[in-house]
Amino acid sequence: MADGADPPGVTLTVDGAAVAVPAGSTILDACRAAGKDQPTLCYLDNLTPVNACRVCVVEVDGNRTLAPSCSRPVEEGMAVGTDTDRVRHSRKMVYEFLASSADMGLVDEQTVRWMSYYGCDPARYGPQAGPVEDRDERTAGHHRIGDGHAAETVHQSVKVDNELYVRDYSRCILCYKCVEACGEDAQNTFAIAVAGRGFDARISTEFDVGLTDSACVFCGNCISVCPTGALMFRSEHELRAADMWEEDRQTVTRTVCSYCGVGCNLDLHVQDNRIVKVTSPIDHSVTSGHLCIKGRFGYEYVQELGDLAVTPIDEVLRRARG
Amino acid sequence: MLGAGGGTCSYEEIETTDVILLWGSNAREAHPIFFHHLMKGLRNGAVMYAVDPRRTTSAMWADAWLGIDVGSDIALANTVGREIIAAGLHHREFIERATFGFEIYAEAVEPWTLERGAEVTGVPAEVIRRMAHDYASAERAQICWTLGITEHHNATDNVRALIDLALLTGHVGRYGSGLVPIRGQNNVQGGGDMGALPDKLPGFQDVTEPAVRAKFESVWGGSVPVHRGKHISLMIEAMERKEITGLYVIGENPAQSEARAEHVRGLLAGLDFMVCQDIFMTKTAQLADVVFPAAAGWAESDGTVTNSERRVQLMRRAVEPPGESKDDLEIISLLAERMGCGWGFPSAEEVWDEVRRLSSIHAGMSYRRLEELGGLQWPCPDEDHPGTRFLHARLWEEPMTCTPAPFVPTDWVPPIDPLSGDYPIRLTTGRRLDSYNTGVQSRGYRSPLRAKAAIEVAPQDGAALGVSEGDLVSVTSRRGSIDVPIFFHRSLRPGLAFMAVHAPDEADVNLLTNDAWDPKSGTAEFKATAVRIEPAAAMS
Repeated sequence: MADGADPPGVTLTVDGAAVAVPAGSTILDACRAAGKDQPTLCYLDNLTPVNACRVCVVEVDGNRTLAPSCSRPVEEGMAVGTDTDRVRHSRKMVYEFLASSADMGLVDEQTVRWMSYYGCDPARYGPQAGPVEDRDERTAGHHRIGDGHAAETVHQSVKVDNELYVRDYSRCILCYKCVEACGEDAQNTFAIAVAGRGFDARISTEFDVGLTDSACVFCGNCISVCPTGALMFRSEHELRAADMWEEDRQTVTRTVCSYCGVGCNLDLHVQDNRIVKVTSPIDHSVTSGHLCIKGRFGYEYVQELGDLAVTPIDEVLRRARG
Repeated sequence: MLGAGGGTCSYEEIETTDVILLWGSNAREAHPIFFHHLMKGLRNGAVMYAVDPRRTTSAMWADAWLGIDVGSDIALANTVGREIIAAGLHHREFIERATFGFEIYAEAVEPWTLERGAEVTGVPAEVIRRMAHDYASAERAQICWTLGITEHHNATDNVRALIDLALLTGHVGRYGSGLVPIRGQNNVQGGGDMGALPDKLPGFQDVTEPAVRAKFESVWGGSVPVHRGKHISLMIEAMERKEITGLYVIGENPAQSEARAEHVRGLLAGLDFMVCQDIFMTKTAQLADVVFPAAAGWAESDGTVTNSERRVQLMRRAVEPPGESKDDLEIISLLAERMGCGWGFPSAEEVWDEVRRLSSIHAGMSYRRLEELGGLQWPCPDEDHPGTRFLHARLWEEPMTCTPAPFVPTDWVPPIDPLSGDYPIRLTTGRRLDSYNTGVQSRGYRSPLRAKAAIEVAPQDGAALGVSEGDLVSVTSRRGSIDVPIFFHRSLRPGLAFMAVHAPDEADVNLLTNDAWDPKSGTAEFKATAVRIEPAAAMS
């Protein structure tokens, strides 16, 4: 900021080591400053913390309950424990509950590493119940309790109702990030929110209409913040279905969007000389990681090549468009 | 703007400003990520006034929408200016220290009482008064605009009228306050930076200055023409007079993007020789004698662009260009070689380093720094300079060492294309969220939002015509006539019609638009066309 000096510092301990951070920092900021990153699922640097997932909880000396590190501000003299028995037990349970009910097969490497660190074993809750297709019709207060033979799940069919993105709510852990990105934190469109209560809670458009009939403006900012692959670009979805999505062969090149004069940074994910996904750096001052429909999806004109050298990727993507 | 042409603020500043005048801009659709910053400002408590003939999706977020009659912006600005002075809210200290010409300005706006302003603009006097008072009294305030200000026959005067308001209130040169034109293309600003203007060399250096020419000549090893060049509207007139008989078009589609398009297409077809360099076989390329297939700048070649906060950023090649297409730089170098210039084949970075030698505002921007810092905002005179977040801080410096900024009074002149009994409806043009300019790029992807080419009118006007939504109507201006479907939209007031510019193949709105242009900027009056609308059947 142009006005004002740096705010005064606050000193606390993280796992016994002293660390000083600016006032107003969160415990998560302090942990990172101390070189001790914490697991997160619902937290992202460009979103307001909503305290939904609880995997970032830490023990604060003198506090009765565990504190979400992503939102709790630091206080002078605070003593924070990130690896106590209580913290480890709590984080393990959170991961296991989520992974027993939702498909976490596409989470990032860090989450995989943390789940392994805490010895998570979601299968100990029993076999997973099969998919059901009535989750969107369930009314608050009418939840049916299962018979206990299988772990309840959110498994259901993938929603494919447009050519730009798909919603696979079998993977949804209700972290709220998509709701925040669609709402006040970025796009201010409010096309989606949480419907239902308890285990029936789910992300929904108004009256569960398809995306094309909703307020959605197809900016894709919900996809870019989704930690589990529940929201996915159609291009990625189709290539994965064809077993052709090969992230380790993809290059990521940073450039600037060709539409309008705002100058949004784009990270072009390219496989076999084809753009297969577009994201934006979360730490850039122009976009904070957010884009509009043109920047996110408007790249196809550079690969509409007519009969020039149609690759297997082109064929998959063309089929997807019908 | 005052000197070098560029927005004075950084995007982040709108997040902490107090009053926003969004004037002739539908940023929510045309500049969505800028609107994210603006929304943060609203969430932080800023008050927004939206000045727009249409109640756009941007205007819906405003505390007050000023639905002005098309082309009455100067009348509104002068009324605001007069009200600020009459209420004693002008910034006397700033005016005294940093400006000149206040008395002439005050005299020029004196006739613009709230009553007269309300009569000419169609905006209630009380709303104009509130906007004037809020803007002048704010600690921090910004005026943001786009083509709603500049696509008029008096574009430059429109901008001047807004600058005068900033000078009157001291809302420029301080963090959070400023003048913010948001550019329509990813390198409009960079084109200006690089001297793609009739009278400028790179870095906004005046071609008529002998010392400037000498500096460029010493590096370029050739002579720099002494005279101002022509902007596109003057070029078109020169084609009419057969003074221009050859044309080299790079990345532009004038056959569809210019006003009075049929006339322009005739001129292009009548040229002795035209070269077109583009990534598509555009309507313009189809008229060319030679077509150079080009690589797409942002994904298939390296280089820089400058955004609306003067941030120079790197573009990088992510995919190989198809077929025989080549990078623009390579094509130009090949051409120069055939002409015997001996430029060799410099890389984009080598060309940029030459820019840095010749343009002091870019001197500190090495590729390495642009990469590491996510771009740099000019002026950035040396490699230790962090770039400049906002311009004109010098106007507040003590002691004042720079030239004071001039007030430039402007006269309101109504649109050139008057409404009449035969042409009673005001047609204005604009952009939609998912599409871009003539649609050449944006029609390539499958947007679920894509709207059919159509004319939109107020529901009352639709009812009066006796047509239903989706019916084909004939829209006729003094220059041409097209048939398009009609739809009703509540964002429009009676007497106002709207067409997007994105689908010229289906609805060529520029057959209707007026090619009357601003003598200073060369921009045509796309925003104000007089038309009549009739059921299509009545015509046949």
